[in-house]
Amino acid sequence: MASTLRDLALSDTGFVFDPSSGATFTVNAAGLCVLQALRDGLSRGEIGARLRERFDVRSGDPSRDVADFEDLLRHHGLLPSVALSSAPSVAGESR
Amino acid sequence: MSGKPLTIAVTGLNATDNPAPGVGVIRALREGAGAGDRVVGLAYDALDPGAYAQDIVSDVFMIPYPSQGLDAFLSRIEYVHGRVGLDVVLPTLDAELPSFIEVAPRLRAMGIGTCLPTRQQLDLRSKANLAALGDRAGILVPRTAALGSAEDLLRVHERVPYPFFVKGVYYGATLATSYDEAVTAYHKVVAQWGLPVLVQQHIGGEELDVVGVADGEGGLVGAVPMKKLLLTDKGKGWAGITVRDPDLIGVARAFAKATKWRGPFEVEVMRDRQGRYQLIEINPRFPAWVYLSVAAGQNLPRAAALLAAGRAVEPMDDYRVGTMFVRISLDQVAQLDDFQSIVTTGEIVRSAL
Repeated sequence: MASTLRDLALSDTGFVFDPSSGATFTVNAAGLCVLQALRDGLSRGEIGARLRERFDVRSGDPSRDVADFEDLLRHHGLLPSVALSSAPSVAGESR
Repeated sequence: MSGKPLTIAVTGLNATDNPAPGVGVIRALREGAGAGDRVVGLAYDALDPGAYAQDIVSDVFMIPYPSQGLDAFLSRIEYVHGRVGLDVVLPTLDAELPSFIEVAPRLRAMGIGTCLPTRQQLDLRSKANLAALGDRAGILVPRTAALGSAEDLLRVHERVPYPFFVKGVYYGATLATSYDEAVTAYHKVVAQWGLPVLVQQHIGGEELDVVGVADGEGGLVGAVPMKKLLLTDKGKGWAGITVRDPDLIGVARAFAKATKWRGPFEVEVMRDRQGRYQLIEINPRFPAWVYLSVAAGQNLPRAAALLAAGRAVEPMDDYRVGTMFVRISLDQVAQLDDFQSIVTTGEIVRSAL
């Protein structure tokens, strides 16, 4: 019953509604940026680059945070588990 | 949907913390009313809160409990009919449905339409017969056993493992994780609802409900699925949201097709961790949250009223996903004159009849 990201209703304030399960979530600005990037079909590396572009990323690799965020989305059934196998595990790789 | 104006009577005005559906049904009927249509309330108790909601219903008549005898019950409906000229009556409570089904032909002879299942259909979805219905409709049902005595609890775990719910025929569900808890729950249910007592396997997951109306020919007139967002301590939904779930509507459709159900119903399911739907219960009436269906775009009470009046109703497929309700408790100010009137004359008439 996992939703596709495309089905999610995203508001500019970071409110997320899953129309299939009725579940609601809130994400911060960075989370919203990642969700929108995932819907745009960007790779993990491209999402990391977008985060660097829009936020003040001073250290570390944002791609790693993106991977953690994807795990969280899977945990809540918002990202299909098949994406796990096809997702790059190394930051910077692109699909 | 045209025709002469309808006068529709609705029961179930007991809008407490475990509300009966009447007030929600009346709100829906008022919203979908045609010119000249009128709604009257039928109350079982002088302090039914809906009787005092004069912005929702103007005229309210007390009726006797069906347990006091069908003749007295019918005689009172006849009186109300003489006062207001009823076209349709929509009962909304489980316990009164067998009586309404029994008197439906006599109501029809009086010119009052109903939108009810047959007694056989009503029994098909009873908790005791739910497993058989599941087989017939191809719907998963948690393992269930009917108990005729407390001694049956000694070995029921061989058929339905702990933890399980101990349920009354009409109402109530208590989770039992041990024999001692099961015995306590059993006696509580027997004292309130009598026998049989049902034991139903506990299914983990999330609860979803569908309100629907079926046409009596195996088809759905409309259906709206909802996920409960907030529950009371009695497990009743205090907030909910409509969801997009074609599979869940498929469960409602399978029920309507298998039983040729006529009238309102509510399907309660658990979506288990494998994503399968397990049928917990089918209520043979509108739920208290039925007004959500109107807000989402399907006026199901209006559809039921039109069917009861013998009018054609177009099936409704669309509804707005993400429509929410959040219930509220308010202290409504009541008029002493209204209380006096219903206590002494059995009616509150605020309109010019």
